[in-house]
Amino acid sequence: MSPVDDDSPRGVDARLLQRLFGYLRPYRAQVAFAMLLALGDALLQLAGPFLTKEAIDNGIRHRDLQHLDRVAALYLSALLAGLLLNYLLTVMTQRIGQSIMLDMRRALFDHLQRLPVAYYDRNSVGRIMTRVTHDVDVLNELFTSGVISIVGDVFALVGIVIAMVQLNAELMGVTFSVLPLIVVVTLVFRVKVRRSFRDVRARLARMNAFLNENLSGMGTVQILNREPRNLELFRDVNAAHRDANLRTVFYHSLFFPVLELVGALAVSLIVWYGGRQVMWSGITLGILVAFIQYTQRFFRPISDLSEKYGILQQSMASAERIFELLDTPPDPAVARGPLVEVPRSEARLRGEISFENVWFAYQGEQWVLRDVSFRVEPGEMVALVGATGSGKTTIASLLMRFYEPQRGTIRVDGRDLRSYDVRQLRRHLGLVLQDVFLFSGTIADNLALSNGAGARESIERAAREVHAHDFIGRLNGGYDAPVRERGASLSVGQKQLLAFARALAADPDVLILDEATASVDTHTEAHIQQALRRLLVDRTSLVIAHRFSTIQDARRIVVLHHGAVREVGTHAELMDRQGIYHRLYQLQYFGARAPRRERFTHDWGEDQVALLDPGIDPA
Amino acid sequence: MIVGLGCVLLTNWISLAQPQVLRLAVDDLYRGVTAAKLGRYAVILFAIALAGGVFKYFMRRLVIGVSRDIEFDLRTDLFARLQAQSASYFQRHRTGEIMSCATNDMSAVRLMLGPGVMYLVNTVTVTTASVAFMLWISPRLTLLTLLPLPLVTLSAWYFGERIQRRFEGIQAQFAALSARVQENLSGIRVVRSFAREDREVEEFGALNREYQEKNLGLVRIWGLFHPSLTFLSGTAALLALWLGGHEVVRGRITLGEFVAFTVYLATLNWPMVALGWVINLWQRGLASFGRIDRILRAEAEIRSPAHPRPMPRVRGELEFRHLTFTYPGESRPALRDVTFGVPAGSTVAVVGRTGSGKSTLLSLLPRLFDPPDGTVFLDGVDVRQLDLAELRSRIAVVPQETFLFSTTVAENIAYGVERADQEQVAAAARVAQLDADVRQFPQGYQTLVGERGVTLSGGQKQRTAIARAVLRDSPVLLLDDCLSSVDTQTEERILRDLRAVMRQRTSVLVSHRVTAVRDADLILVLEEGAIVERGTHDSLLALDGRYAELHRLQLLEEELEAS
Repeated sequence: MSPVDDDSPRGVDARLLQRLFGYLRPYRAQVAFAMLLALGDALLQLAGPFLTKEAIDNGIRHRDLQHLDRVAALYLSALLAGLLLNYLLTVMTQRIGQSIMLDMRRALFDHLQRLPVAYYDRNSVGRIMTRVTHDVDVLNELFTSGVISIVGDVFALVGIVIAMVQLNAELMGVTFSVLPLIVVVTLVFRVKVRRSFRDVRARLARMNAFLNENLSGMGTVQILNREPRNLELFRDVNAAHRDANLRTVFYHSLFFPVLELVGALAVSLIVWYGGRQVMWSGITLGILVAFIQYTQRFFRPISDLSEKYGILQQSMASAERIFELLDTPPDPAVARGPLVEVPRSEARLRGEISFENVWFAYQGEQWVLRDVSFRVEPGEMVALVGATGSGKTTIASLLMRFYEPQRGTIRVDGRDLRSYDVRQLRRHLGLVLQDVFLFSGTIADNLALSNGAGARESIERAAREVHAHDFIGRLNGGYDAPVRERGASLSVGQKQLLAFARALAADPDVLILDEATASVDTHTEAHIQQALRRLLVDRTSLVIAHRFSTIQDARRIVVLHHGAVREVGTHAELMDRQGIYHRLYQLQYFGARAPRRERFTHDWGEDQVALLDPGIDPA
Repeated sequence: MIVGLGCVLLTNWISLAQPQVLRLAVDDLYRGVTAAKLGRYAVILFAIALAGGVFKYFMRRLVIGVSRDIEFDLRTDLFARLQAQSASYFQRHRTGEIMSCATNDMSAVRLMLGPGVMYLVNTVTVTTASVAFMLWISPRLTLLTLLPLPLVTLSAWYFGERIQRRFEGIQAQFAALSARVQENLSGIRVVRSFAREDREVEEFGALNREYQEKNLGLVRIWGLFHPSLTFLSGTAALLALWLGGHEVVRGRITLGEFVAFTVYLATLNWPMVALGWVINLWQRGLASFGRIDRILRAEAEIRSPAHPRPMPRVRGELEFRHLTFTYPGESRPALRDVTFGVPAGSTVAVVGRTGSGKSTLLSLLPRLFDPPDGTVFLDGVDVRQLDLAELRSRIAVVPQETFLFSTTVAENIAYGVERADQEQVAAAARVAQLDADVRQFPQGYQTLVGERGVTLSGGQKQRTAIARAVLRDSPVLLLDDCLSSVDTQTEERILRDLRAVMRQRTSVLVSHRVTAVRDADLILVLEEGAIVERGTHDSLLALDGRYAELHRLQLLEEELEAS
């Protein structure tokens, strides 16, 4: 566990706090209003005991029923006002908290869209998710149950003290003699409980981890006859969890009665000391009753306050993690902003691509591409061929500028890739990946990924041209059919056709295509081949080819082996050379000749090649 | 538990004496009293609080403690039950679902049995006793002031339910929000390549705003809940003050009785709120218990027979007889009419493409899935007639995917073996060519492998699984494509050392590589669940069928790699 993932409370960092409170700034007016409400609420809380005193002393004891009725009416209006103020206060604080959460999530999400792709290679999706979800929620707690209600509690405490001083300062002194006791009890309890809660959390985490691991590996457990032993182990972690909980039960069982006991002590003191004063120095009975009630109201805010300090501490850890993410520098390609715009007048790229002595490594000196150079002329289709791990996908990623090469230059239309505004450039490049990633939403949404709310006709036209229209029409809802679980209900072939349609609808000037290796039925295969030809017509394209028919269509074939360009030429030239391409072709060739055996040999081939070259292929 | 509940009763009755003392004190104050008597009252008040506190302590400890014990037992039973379930059960029920049952549902049940029971008894006793005292002071006043209190319960229950429902709506929206973020992060390359960032931000913003709306919808109810409870109990206090005041003035009750009455009324507040809460606890607890019960009641699909055949000494002879097997819930059979025998001590190799049924064949022997009756035999006895634990203890399996547990390397190798000393573990590791790697680890065999062995490479994980099977020393050894993540040279070495082990055992070997299966006594080629070729390496090459084709391709690939 890295230090940043640690949830244990830490000191309250003033700088963090200041930065956090910066988020309150847009809501200054609301915050001020909420504070006013909290003040009003605190005042109203004082009214009850005071009115009780009035009723007893001036109403009941003077047998003044009219006064009693007046006090009752006042009491009722205080209750009603309290209801209203309390409601407004809750809604107001929650509204502020929710607005800040909204702002924070938006800022985080926005920032995530700007981080370099490499950031996602280093950090798991789960970890990043936690920042956007859990950590922001923790901060919400800080703003809603924390900041404003702390102010409310302080108001209430001060108000009660003032009210008691007004009634009888001496009696207040006697009553408050138990105050240090409360503070000590609460503090001791806090420390103990915090420690034992941390214990509970740790043991709960251990128990859950054990459960999760054993459920996932149940097959292995059963094969190895480990059930009896694991049941014993589970009993142990389960018992550890129970015992830790019982310790907190112990503290809770002790704390609340002790706190009440201290309260009873205060009441006893009031009865004893105050009672004597009633006898001899003219404190009224009403004051006595009011005192008892004030004392009871005094305890709650005190234990609340220490709880809120806990919230404050916890939120520090979350704030630190959130700010750490926000402080991660964005992708320089995006951050630097537009340099050379794709000229608006032309609005299209000619589509000339050149790789010049490009070296690239995802990590350190583990070169995935070594001195790669090749050219694609405008309107030409070039096929990249090579075994898995030879670096084909990396070339596509570099062209999309997901990563920057360490050495060498990539040019588009003769200009260095780095001189373009990256997002504009990407609009002119179309990337079709092997694994078709569909978003939740409708089919139409997924086809109109690039051109915003793309017109239905243009989408349909694209779908028709790549033969996707027919199967879309058969879906329940047609173009408005929802895509569930990333298209789990669609076949591989259908997803391919959708990816083609989506690329065609975007109408890119350069197409980068990673052809799917997955086998589909012959009917769909024929459709895919036709769709592919339609997609490539009159377009500069770089195709990571897996199908022989695609390779045959290519003007030139670039053969990659272990990250280096080993052979370049047409199919006929390369076959004549009897080199790497020739061998790769033979491996493919067996598959192409006998469809019945295709999958058989194909699988063996893929697995074998993958085994021989365990290079990094992150796509 | 009974003692705990007894404590609940005692706690309440003792605390209810307090207002009585107050009543006497106030009445005495009104009439005139000595300082000594006042002091006595103060001491009595404190003593009552002390006694009440002691019982309250025991009440909480006992009742809550018992609920923790029940939770412990229930969870242990749940785990034991889950361990008896077969693979198909875990295919139907996702881990997350079961986990939520073992954690969330479990705590809901505990809350129902602990606080749920405690506060229920508490409410009943406090209410009856307080109301009795109040009736004794003034029946008329009692009836009038108690009017708002059932409303407190009702609103606690009403709001509780609605809050719960809206809360679930928020949870669902939160899940949608999370799913959206996850989708965006997983598909970040597609997002970037279509320059779709702005649209993503916009759509996320919409979901985010909806989440905020839903939260504020909850706040509108939630914000009303607590203030209205305060208001209702305040109204009761007001009624007592107002009407009670009239009664005192009219001389129907004393001032002391009046004060005692208001205190009784105040003690009723919390139990009334608690009642509404308890109702919710029970609703949720019962629903959760239903889900737990479903797991506890689920029959294990693969069990030992009632009267298993004894297995004194296992030679390790295997036989598959006209085995046709279809996975539960599927229509196409995974294996079709498979028949072959493996004499004790011999080695059979199975080759075929992915999905041809090789792994299925292996999984039926230790009954990870159940074969039909009379199709799979160990030493001539149907595996379904043998004791399940005993059957599995005679078979060592190296599965295709290695599952390592987050403990030390040594414990992972000795997983499932009762007593294994350091030397045996190291010997097994040497056969699997793992020993040299382990010696380079910082703590050797005591190195922790991390969650699912993340700190080990794929090849090291596979070799750990091989060492595990070697150490198991059982008469039957099943190797399911277990060398796919190791390089060719290591494979050669492992195979060389494994052959010595395999000579003493009956082995079935599934592999992708000709080099691994070449020396087997019998090689079977599976296609779509059926055996299409069978023979030795040489006879199959002579046949010039699929095996021969595979052999050619592999030679070609080796050549390609060398270039």
